[in-house]
This record gives sequence, structure tokens and C-alpha cells, in this order.
Amino acid sequence: MTIKKVTTVRPNSNWSFIDTKELFEYRELVWVMMLRDLKVRYKQTVMGVAWAVLQPLTMIAIFSIIFGKLAKIPSDGYPYPVFVFSGLLAWNFFSTSVSSSGLSLVNASNLVSKVYFPRIIVPIASIGVSMVDFLISAVLLVLLMLFYSQSISWSILYLPFFLAGLIFLSMGLGSWLSAVTVTYRDFRYVIAYLMQIWMYITPVLYPVSFVPEKWQWILYLNPMYAWINGIRASFLGQPIDVFGTIISLALTIVIFIVGMLYFEKTQRRFADII
Amino acid sequence: MKKAITVRGLAKQYQLGQQRESGSSFREMVLSALRKPLDNLKRLRGEGNELKSFWALNDISFDVEPGEVVGVIGRNGAGKSTLLKILSRITSPTKGEINYTGRMASLLEVGTGFHPELSGRENIFLNGSILGMNRTEIEQQLDDIVKFAEVADFLDTPVKRYSSGMYVRLAFSVAAHLNPDILIIDEVLAVGDQAFQQKCLGKLRDTAKTGRTVLFVSHNMTAVKSLCSRIIYLKDGEIAYDGSPEEAISKYLSVDKCDDATWVDENNKHTYLKRVGIESTDSSPGNTYQYSESVVVRLDLESMRTLQFSPAVRLTDVFGNILLTSWDEDYLGVRQKNETETLRCTIPPQLLKPGNYIVTALVHVSDKDGKVNAEEVNLDLLISPEHCPIPAGRLGLLSPTLQWQIDV
Repeated sequence: MTIKKVTTVRPNSNWSFIDTKELFEYRELVWVMMLRDLKVRYKQTVMGVAWAVLQPLTMIAIFSIIFGKLAKIPSDGYPYPVFVFSGLLAWNFFSTSVSSSGLSLVNASNLVSKVYFPRIIVPIASIGVSMVDFLISAVLLVLLMLFYSQSISWSILYLPFFLAGLIFLSMGLGSWLSAVTVTYRDFRYVIAYLMQIWMYITPVLYPVSFVPEKWQWILYLNPMYAWINGIRASFLGQPIDVFGTIISLALTIVIFIVGMLYFEKTQRRFADII
Repeated sequence: MKKAITVRGLAKQYQLGQQRESGSSFREMVLSALRKPLDNLKRLRGEGNELKSFWALNDISFDVEPGEVVGVIGRNGAGKSTLLKILSRITSPTKGEINYTGRMASLLEVGTGFHPELSGRENIFLNGSILGMNRTEIEQQLDDIVKFAEVADFLDTPVKRYSSGMYVRLAFSVAAHLNPDILIIDEVLAVGDQAFQQKCLGKLRDTAKTGRTVLFVSHNMTAVKSLCSRIIYLKDGEIAYDGSPEEAISKYLSVDKCDDATWVDENNKHTYLKRVGIESTDSSPGNTYQYSESVVVRLDLESMRTLQFSPAVRLTDVFGNILLTSWDEDYLGVRQKNETETLRCTIPPQLLKPGNYIVTALVHVSDKDGKVNAEEVNLDLLISPEHCPIPAGRLGLLSPTLQWQIDV
């Protein structure tokens, strides 16, 4: 007979980090939940997956007309649609990840109050869906670049690094927000609000050079700075801002750790208050 | 041998938030609107002196041996669900410690995580993973699950198109094919039709025979008794009895019961039920009746204007079988209730076979959140075997004298 694991249940302990071993045991559940969200997404729609293409295309068109043509915002010498989309795809990933994972726990309240599993799976799985959108958008961007006869350089190899940074930031922030939303439903509204403002203070629709040089240091305080810029640079072949990347990386690590700690600290109360 | 579960000094405290009265004047309204965010913050943080707390479970200790099938019984609010939730790690205890050996699966609800848009097959995998099975295990059991649920033809139909019976069957079937060392089940047999319930009970019995430890919460005394070798009876968050099923059930059924034919709320414990009595048709109280006599259950109720509430009379036999429940609305219809009322419910003659019964007078009150609170009072009723034309050994829970007609 195999030795069976003994599990101990005790009152809430102090600060601890996510139990990664347990998370690994439940890895299939992460996958199953992601798959569920993906499958459900376009059920009973006529256009199906076409929505994933249509939505970014509409946004590119609108932003290109308003910011590119009318407001004449510079775009580092690239065609504005290519420029704006190379930032927008990363931003969309971040914004949908954070909003969906922020609300994920509250939306899964019947699961949380009826069955045990590592709670962190819920916000993590909801990021998976945004990941698929990101990949579709990435293909779209490449097509758009070919259309505008832009070449793809070796710097595309940096993409996984910057994408990983973006995922960690989304996970940290999304998990923290999901835990806070369980107690304070105000954050439902705060998240939408926050994402709107954040987009305009991040160089998504405009290049960094658009900001007067003496104010550019403010951009560094934004943990999104390097990820947006880096992903754009990977696609367009621009030089990488190493200093900015280090600062964003440091901020991202802090946010990730704080988010996970807070989540772990509060997760055992979820079922009582959700 | 190692214990399957050990529970030591387990306690769980809940906070009860109370709403502050909001003022009626404009000034008070403005003030309270300004104060509200602050109050809300205090409340959500669990601070503030207007918070009341209560212990849903208090100092619970017990051991469960591997392979034991333990029933947990108790009235609503006795702490059964809280106990299961802590055991299955959904919520954490305030005090105490639990240790268990091996894999545990809990089934507090049928169909947790089912998604209406997904097909039966997809839901089997989804639900199975949520309950802790891995893909290979589910694949191996897929045929059994489908066969048990009797939904083979609808496997690729979205479950939102299922009838409620099919839905429940599929959901239970997934759970029934879990193979944990410890299985925790809450009241799930209260679903599905009679035949399927029997099938589920059979499946549970098989599970128990294979040496798995089962913890089973139910209000169905017949099911509990036929399944469990031991029963824990919870009362007000404490273990009132832990031992043989017969003893536990008889203790459970006799709580709040008085030997008299009349019960009066002397300690002002109840808000609505003030007095309950069993009477004959000429209003003289008594516990014992002939087979051929009517039995009148009298309920004196108070302060009934306030909320949505419904009184009822329930009849249970000594084995815990609920014979009938009769709500006042069944006969009187939905009506405007009076501040104080006396209701009389007549159990017709020539219906109950000789023996002991428990008459439960109950009032269900749903508050504005739709939560149901119940007040219950149990009284003994005896139908004497004398002058009864029906022989004692007659099969069936009831022995009504039915009408027969001869056509020659």
C-alpha cells in the first residue's frame, strides 16, 4: 500500500506564499478552466472567432483616424496603424487580463463556496483567455506589417521576455484585485476606471518621444512602461530601453509578490464572505 | 491503523452584520448617506461594535476510522454544513485542528461548476476536474458515468437543453465515480426521482463497502440509517450524541418534544409559534387516539404580519420517514394574515396505522433576502392498536381505509 498523504487543516496562519507544489498537482484544472472559458466564449454567436479579429481592427481604424490623421500624433516614423497596433495588442492583453481576473473570483462564487481547490487557479485561468486574443492579434499585426511593407527583424526574439513580464504583472495585479473585490465590490467599478486612465498615461497611442524630455522620467514610474515599449520594439525592431526595463521589472516583481501574498493571506476567508 | 479523520477542538465563528436604522427626515437621510461608506468599510473589515458574532461550531472533537460510514444529522443551523465546509477545506476553522489521511473529495452540491453552454461530455470533464479527478481517471470512467446517468444519447447536447432530471443524474454520476479515500456528501440525495435516489443510495453503499470513509449529511433518516454505521448528532454547534444510528435518530426526533399534548412557549424562545397542541375534535387535548378518530393539530401564532411566512404540520414516523407535510396555503389559499391567529389542521381518521408518530408544527419565515428561517415544535402522537380493523403487520407506511366498490 502506498503511503497516503496526511493533510492538516488549521485556523488561518500568517503570511505565506502560494503553495506551488499544490498548484502543480492541480495544473490540469487550470487548463480545464481556461478551455471552458474559451469554448463558452463564442457559443451561440454567428461570427464566432471573427470577433477576436474584428474588435482590434475596429480599434486600429478609429485610433488611426482620430490620433494618426486628425490629431497627427507622431509614430516614430512607422505607419500609424502599425505603430498603434503594436502597442495596443499588448495593452489589450493587459487590460482584459486584469479586468477579467479581477472579477473572476466573484463570478466563480458558487465554485468557491462549494468546492476546494487552490483559489489562485481562478484568476490565473482567466488570463489564459486573453492570451489567445493576444496570439490572434499578433498574427494580425504581422499581416498588417506586411501590408505596410515593414520588415520583421531579429529583435522579435525579445518578445517572449517582454510578454512574460507582461503576464507576471497582469497576474500579480489581477490576483490582488480579485481578492480585494471579494470583500470590496467597489473594485468592480474601480478596475474599469483604472484601466481607462492607465491607458492614457502609458505610451500606447503615442511614442515616448511625444512626451517632453524633462517629463519622460515620470513614464518610468509606470510598471507597464517597459512591457508596452518592449513588445512594440520587438515587433518593429526598435532599440530596447534597458534602464526602463530594469525599473519596470523591479516594479513588476514587487507587485507580483505583494499580490500573491495578499491573495494567499485572504483566500481562506473567501468562502465566508463571497 | 491510522485514523481516517481526526478532529480536535474544532470551532467556527461567524460575524453577523446588523443594519443600522436609516433616518426618515431629509437631514438624517443626507447624514446617513455621508456616513454610509464609512460604516460599510467598518462592516466589511469586520470592525465596529454593532457586529454580533456567533459560534456555528463549538469545540467539536471526533475520530473516524478508515472505512467507517458516518452520518451527520441535526436541525437547520445546527452546524452540519459548516462542519462539512471546514472538513473539505472550503472555509477555515476559527479554532482547532483537523487531520485526514489520503485524498478527500466533497460533494456539497450536485453539479458544481457545470456550465449550461457546454455539452454533457465537456461537463463531465469540467466537473470531474473540479472535483479532483485527472483526465486519465475521467476517461477510464467515462462509459460508466454515462451509463449510470442514462444520458448516452445526449452526450453532445449542451446541458442547458437537458431536463432537470437528466442534469441531476449526470451531475451525481460524475461525483459517484470519484475514487477518493474520504468522501463527504451533503444532502445530495434530495434530488432526482425516487428510482434514481435509490440507485444513488445503492452506489453509495457500494462505495462504503470498498473500504472508503464516507461522511454523509442528510435529513432523510431512512437513508442515513440504512447507510451509516454511526451517527453524529449536532445540536447548536455541539455534538449532542455520537454513536449508534438508532439512538441518535431517536434523540434527534425527540428534541424539543414534550410528553404533554400541549406545548407552550414559556421561555419566549420563538417569535411566531407560541402554543401547539394535539386535540380531539371536541378540543380536549391528548396524545392517544383511535384509528377511527380525527386528530386536530392546533397552532397559536403571533406577530405574523411582519414577514412572508407559512405555517405547516408535518407527520413523521419513528423511523424518520416523513409521511406528509401540509401547508395552510394548500387549503386556505394565500391570504392576508392576522396579527395573532389560531390555526387548526385536521388529520383525517382511518389514515394512520397504529403506532407512534411525531407531529411537527413548523413555521417557515423568509426574510427580505429570501433566507428561510424555521421554527419547529415536535409533539408525540400515538394511534392505539385497539379497535383497529387493520392488522398490525400490514405493509405500507399508512393504512388508510380506502373506498371499494363492487359491480356484479
